Amino acid sequence: MAKRVGMEVSIAAAEAVRQANVDVISAYPITPQTHIVEHLSEIVANGEMDAEFFCVESEHSALSVCVGAAATGARAFTCTSSQGLALMSEITYIASGLRLPMLMIISNRTLSAPLSIWNDHSDTMSIRDCGWIQFFVENGQEVYDHVFVSYRLGEDRNVLFPVIINMDGFILSHVIEPIELIEQEKIDQFLPPYQPLHRLHPDRPVTMGAFALPGIFAEAKKAQEEALRSSMPKITETWKAFGDMTGRYYHPVETHKAEDADTLLVTMGSCSETASVAVDKMRQEGRSVGLVKIRLWRPFPFDELKKAALHAKQLVVIDRAISVGACGPVASEVKAALYGYDQRPSVYNFVAGISGRDVTPSDFIKMVDKAEIEIEEGNKEGYEIYGVRE
Amino acid sequence: MENLNVFAVRTLTQKEYFAPGHRSCQGCAEALAVRLVAKALGRNVVIAAATGCMEIVSSPFPYTSWRVPWFHVAFENTAAVASGIESALKVLMRKGRIPQKKIVTLAMAGDGGTADIGLQALSGALERGHDFVYVCTDNEAYMNTGIQRSSSTPFGASTTTSPAGKMKQGQITWKKNMPAIAAAHNIPYVATACPSYPIDLVQKVKKAADIEGPAYVHILSVCPTGWRSVPDISIKLGRLAVETGVFPLYEVEHGKYHLSIDFPKLKPMKEYIRLQGRFRHMTDEMIEEAQNRVHREYEQLKEKAKRGF
Repeated sequence: MAKRVGMEVSIAAAEAVRQANVDVISAYPITPQTHIVEHLSEIVANGEMDAEFFCVESEHSALSVCVGAAATGARAFTCTSSQGLALMSEITYIASGLRLPMLMIISNRTLSAPLSIWNDHSDTMSIRDCGWIQFFVENGQEVYDHVFVSYRLGEDRNVLFPVIINMDGFILSHVIEPIELIEQEKIDQFLPPYQPLHRLHPDRPVTMGAFALPGIFAEAKKAQEEALRSSMPKITETWKAFGDMTGRYYHPVETHKAEDADTLLVTMGSCSETASVAVDKMRQEGRSVGLVKIRLWRPFPFDELKKAALHAKQLVVIDRAISVGACGPVASEVKAALYGYDQRPSVYNFVAGISGRDVTPSDFIKMVDKAEIEIEEGNKEGYEIYGVRE
Repeated sequence: MENLNVFAVRTLTQKEYFAPGHRSCQGCAEALAVRLVAKALGRNVVIAAATGCMEIVSSPFPYTSWRVPWFHVAFENTAAVASGIESALKVLMRKGRIPQKKIVTLAMAGDGGTADIGLQALSGALERGHDFVYVCTDNEAYMNTGIQRSSSTPFGASTTTSPAGKMKQGQITWKKNMPAIAAAHNIPYVATACPSYPIDLVQKVKKAADIEGPAYVHILSVCPTGWRSVPDISIKLGRLAVETGVFPLYEVEHGKYHLSIDFPKLKPMKEYIRLQGRFRHMTDEMIEEAQNRVHREYEQLKEKAKRGF
């Protein structure tokens, strides 16, 4: 029987990495990610896991180590936040272009300036286009579960992509939650050792990382793009297999009381749970409000989003990052997904909770109130940063 | 020793792991250095290469000059990539997922990728003590991007970003001492080499591979394109660099210095300088200034070799 244990989410993440039998772990400290590598270093120091664990001198090297290890056929892991992710951004594109499976957990944190250690999604949005499969999770259980999902998925020969799990820094990473741990035998069955298609080894020499002239570059890039798009059925298939094993089923887009709602909140990450509390409250008051949660950020689930949101009169999209000079990145994507339909909902975009500022159920209600009034008054594509003191 | 080197090179393996047909310039001594390094290590090697001349001449997709596993990721992270490869090989062998055998992890980068942008990653990998060989093929500037100065460009050299003008006479700083920086990490083996001394080079690379732990080999690689020299004197120029004391050949084994070849009397530096267009603007005063410093540093090195540390 699966054990349900109260533990810090970062520790649950580290335990999942142990259970996933990772071969190479590169670590560099940055708040709020550090608890994950701290706990992993303990696990390895106590001999509870057979892995090469070492502390590198920068995040750039942390990801470079994973790239070298993955190319050699090892299961690799690293994690980071904020400035660390910005520093390693160069290598994120290369890892994906080389089609090397690995897992990176990002404890999402604000990008400087001003310097802030608190949570938002500006770090991960800076590498939005790097070509990794990118998940957003809502709670500690989902972090734990997605470690296994990510490796099995990324290492599938029809996929071969690196995977990012985005979890909100502090709000998730530092809280203690009940986590249902999966028995090791089940995990070993779900996630067998990585068998690479090619590896750096003298017995079968390969050249990896050749450069492309313009005559071949577009073809190489198209192949990568198509591969990422067509990983969608594998993603749902992997979630299905995981659900069959644990009873916890995941989907690219999930909904809460959304089917008949006139107004839909659209969220991503840990604030989805708070938003669902707000939705329940508004429903009790007789308002027609529902929630759409985006779990899969890349490849972007255009079809699933349409299915979940097209019927509504208005969407209130909550972003935890700003594309300075444009609007929230989630809103851009949502608008793009719906643009082709004459009968489409208005999209009102709030940037809320940047740098870890609390977004409470009453804040969601206020945002819905505001959006409904603005849209009624004709401001159908509004955009604002919520709750700024002026 | 000179003559021995000329003929004994035929005793090296005929096998080529860095295949002919690559796209390096005429007279490129860096390609020769890389070829010799590959010969020294044989087939049981995995190479992590930095962005640079040797990367672009050898890997235009879908072609490759490499008969051994070769991996290019980026410019500044070669030592980190090699760390990943080395640890992966180690753990996969330990877990029985690949057969047990000695495989050398080789990291290879130019002077820019080593002394400038890659210095941090290199320092990290040396400090962590990975069992790998790092080879810096030093052609004394960013040649691949069109001859821009690096911290390894020698005093006086005119490059496209340290041009000889009316106010400044080429590179105004002294060449960064990379081997000393590597040695300061207290790693088991550091050496300098030059393809003009092929046997010496091959022996050093072999030694670097045999020693457990990190090893660093710094190879001076004459670049006719960037040095503005005629292509058929690259070997001669490499010899002159050594014979004038500009680039002494030595080893630092477990902290102990040893000169590979000593000259009771160094040739005048002018003989080396006058064959290269990059130094054409140098006045006699400038050459003298450089000459004095070269002599001083050579004496210091000899002193270290005598003392042993």
